Amino acid sequence: MKKSLPLGIVFFAGVVMFFQHFIPTDQSEFIYKYANDWLICIGVYAMLLGIWSLIRVTLHKARHDPNERFYAIVTLVSMGIMIVAGWDVDNLRAGSLFMNMFNYILIPVQATIFSLLAFYVASAAYRAFRARTVLATLLLFTAFVVMLRMIPLGYISELNQYLVAWILSVPNLAAKRAIIMGVGLGMMATSIKIILGIERQYLGGD
Amino acid sequence: MGTAELLWNGLAALLTLFIFSFLYRDNVFYKFAERLVAGVSAGYWTILLYHTSFTDKVIVPIFEQQHYWYIIPSILGIMMWTRFSRKWAWLSRISLAFYIGIATGVALPIAMYASIYRQLQASMVSISLDWAGINSALVTIGLLCSLAYFYFSKEHDGWFGGISRVGIYTLMIGFGAGFGLTVMGRISLLIDRVLFLKDYVLTLFGA
Repeated sequence: MKKSLPLGIVFFAGVVMFFQHFIPTDQSEFIYKYANDWLICIGVYAMLLGIWSLIRVTLHKARHDPNERFYAIVTLVSMGIMIVAGWDVDNLRAGSLFMNMFNYILIPVQATIFSLLAFYVASAAYRAFRARTVLATLLLFTAFVVMLRMIPLGYISELNQYLVAWILSVPNLAAKRAIIMGVGLGMMATSIKIILGIERQYLGGD
Repeated sequence: MGTAELLWNGLAALLTLFIFSFLYRDNVFYKFAERLVAGVSAGYWTILLYHTSFTDKVIVPIFEQQHYWYIIPSILGIMMWTRFSRKWAWLSRISLAFYIGIATGVALPIAMYASIYRQLQASMVSISLDWAGINSALVTIGLLCSLAYFYFSKEHDGWFGGISRVGIYTLMIGFGAGFGLTVMGRISLLIDRVLFLKDYVLTLFGA
């Protein structure tokens, strides 16, 4: 019951939603719209569960780990301020506390964290990239040529523009297309395995 | 720039420096900025979900439009919360089963259409003896060779090994291009952050 009922629901919902795609009727459209609303609705409660989980973990740290106490309070207070500031929909206009915290805290810090990766990618590439084989040399050369595109080098830049445009629109396109098709086949195989109950790891233990 | 904007920009500049301090080593300033953003981000998503998804899919349909069948997904959503109880945690599997069943059923034909059918359709172009035609033929050859590389049911030797070898060369060029573009994207972000700091300092000193 604890496992067979969820497996039966997955099979029923999966088969209905699969065949619904090929039946162009108003009823089928209604099922699709209503099922999508179900996904959003369950997803909202799941997200709230995640946020509650974050609060629990942070509170636990604040109580039991003196080294983490200050940082845990920072997280909880900033989250609380954000929720209170944005609770009323009228407070979401430009210049409000909610939008200022979004524009002057969230956006700059996230952009800076991603920009830090420039240093780490360069450092990792310096340590790991060695043109020892033809394949490694090919990868290194392509990366070098693509990065060189933004550097002004006179006549060389002009030639490089054509080379990079060709690389991106021919071999890169072929490689990306093969990867997309591989991912698509993998998604289809995994979906079929889930619907048929062969893949059941999402149920967890017991 | 008004005083309030100057102060908010000052906070953004300070937090930017706090994050950059991680390049030296993990420290209290970085940790502060990191946890601050974790809290702000959680609060932001809570509010965003409340005003868009929760209001649109729970409050408005049930309480304003009297579409009471929307109570069913709400009950399923609330059942997710039984995860906190050891005795009733299995109930959350029912909600999860609906979610996964609907999502996989919807994803299956979409993956078939977008990842297979559309990609094949884009690769099957008429061959012509100009540059565009030659490039299209090269894309198709590269695609077939790359797919051959991912085919593991036949040993990669002989003529098939040659084809898969061309495939791995194509894939390496693709990975190289991807790597180059990623690095360029990160460098652009870095330039943007440095320019922001420069502009802020110039504004602060009235330049």
